[in-house]
Amino acid sequence: MEKLSSQKECLIDKEEHLDKKDLRRRDFLKFTGAGLAGVALLGVVGCKKDRHDDDDMGADGFYFGSGDIAILNYAYALEQLEAEFYMQVVNSPYSGISDLEKTYFTDIRDHEIAHREFFKKALGAKAISSLEFNLSGINFSSRESVLGTAKTFEDLGVSAYNGAGWLIKDTGYLLLAGKIVSVEARHAALIRDLIDNGSFANQEVINSNGLDLAKSPTQVLQAAAPFIKSKIDVKDLPTY
Amino acid sequence: MNLLNVFNEINNVDPEFTDRINPRREVIRNMASFGKKVTLASLPFFINNLFTKAYGATAPTDVNGVLNYALTLEYLEAEYYTMGVAAPNLIPAGRPLGAITTIRDHENAHVKFLKQVLGDKAVSKPTFDFTAGGTFANVFSDYDTFLALAQAFEDTGVRAYKGQAGILVGNRVVLTAALQIHSVEARHASHIRQMRRARGGAAANQKPWITGANDSGIGAVVDPVYMGEDNKVQGGVDITTLKGAMGNISLATATQSFDEPLAAEAVLNIAQLFIKN
Repeated sequence: MEKLSSQKECLIDKEEHLDKKDLRRRDFLKFTGAGLAGVALLGVVGCKKDRHDDDDMGADGFYFGSGDIAILNYAYALEQLEAEFYMQVVNSPYSGISDLEKTYFTDIRDHEIAHREFFKKALGAKAISSLEFNLSGINFSSRESVLGTAKTFEDLGVSAYNGAGWLIKDTGYLLLAGKIVSVEARHAALIRDLIDNGSFANQEVINSNGLDLAKSPTQVLQAAAPFIKSKIDVKDLPTY
Repeated sequence: MNLLNVFNEINNVDPEFTDRINPRREVIRNMASFGKKVTLASLPFFINNLFTKAYGATAPTDVNGVLNYALTLEYLEAEYYTMGVAAPNLIPAGRPLGAITTIRDHENAHVKFLKQVLGDKAVSKPTFDFTAGGTFANVFSDYDTFLALAQAFEDTGVRAYKGQAGILVGNRVVLTAALQIHSVEARHASHIRQMRRARGGAAANQKPWITGANDSGIGAVVDPVYMGEDNKVQGGVDITTLKGAMGNISLATATQSFDEPLAAEAVLNIAQLFIKN
């Protein structure tokens, strides 16, 4: 991979923030997770062109950077969350877990670690630090709780990559996102089938045009907020 | 063989042929550069290629090309599942038939959606032969063969969409839609692989994700579908040098964790096996 260059473009049309404020007002009360206060949901208003990209932990939290770097850090953050979750699933399996389920969860854990470590390596000095997560709401001894959370994370991961794809400027990064998202979709389908065989692509996720979910970074971070303990600074993260 | 004569012949049959190949004119103009490669022996193949290109199964160079390329694949999948669901005594009732019906409905929705987006630019449906000239003669009578081919189509579809992302970079509407179809194909692939695992036999070790080059248990006939899936280097990083849960990340994990793209030519070569010329 080429050395990641710090990108300073502003991809966001300020006009688009107007409806985001509405969204925030509507949805804000839904999130009461401990991590919420730490997640900058204020989105991007204008661009900070004079920002030092290497000061990772500013007063506002871990800084994701801007442009493609911010999107890669966004993906890195999600992969960190997934890896952390599956590490716990494998370390303390739910009661009654089958051998095949254990194999699958071990594989998925290893995939998420591979994704996480890849982003860390690829981002180098631009990578955000390891985030802290709050998984206390998950009952790791309960199959239902674990599978339900896994379903949430996997569907969210798919929707995150699908929704962020067009924001990526570099073709190489876009291809990498594409290589990862289909693996997340394979996970998502499996997890859904473990909950209810045949629900791998049901109407919860696939619309009448046969299209999967796509969510903006803002929407995804709102959904992930209850699980993220660290304070993050996504003010320059492209979104819509 | 006089190419111009060939074109004239076609124009008699299909007056729009010249229009069809219009975007490909450069191909014909560039035959000088092709010329080095186009020997007499390969000429029939080359002409066949030109026809393929003229009728929509072409390596895309622009957004509409990508959409028509996708449409061609979706036509193939939609017809395959439609025939599968309709075949008597092929798919067991209950969950198996439910799953294949779900997939069929998605592929039909993709066809409809892509045709809507393309409008009058949409290519028409090719005529398919899912036995691939007899290679899969029992495809609609033997359930395992049907599932095996379904897996090959889904895994190919996932790779095909990925291979075209570069052309769509920054295109909010089309790239997003392509990604949204791409992940549906991956969900299908995951489920079909589970269905095959449940059937046992050659597919007993099948996982929802792809391990190495050709883990399908189908044999060398689908090697082209999985060619390159054993790649372990991503963005210049050898994934097996990174730290995993215990020690370095294994080669199997490295190949499972990233699905590889497939170039349009390779995808079309696979699709061509099932298209009657």
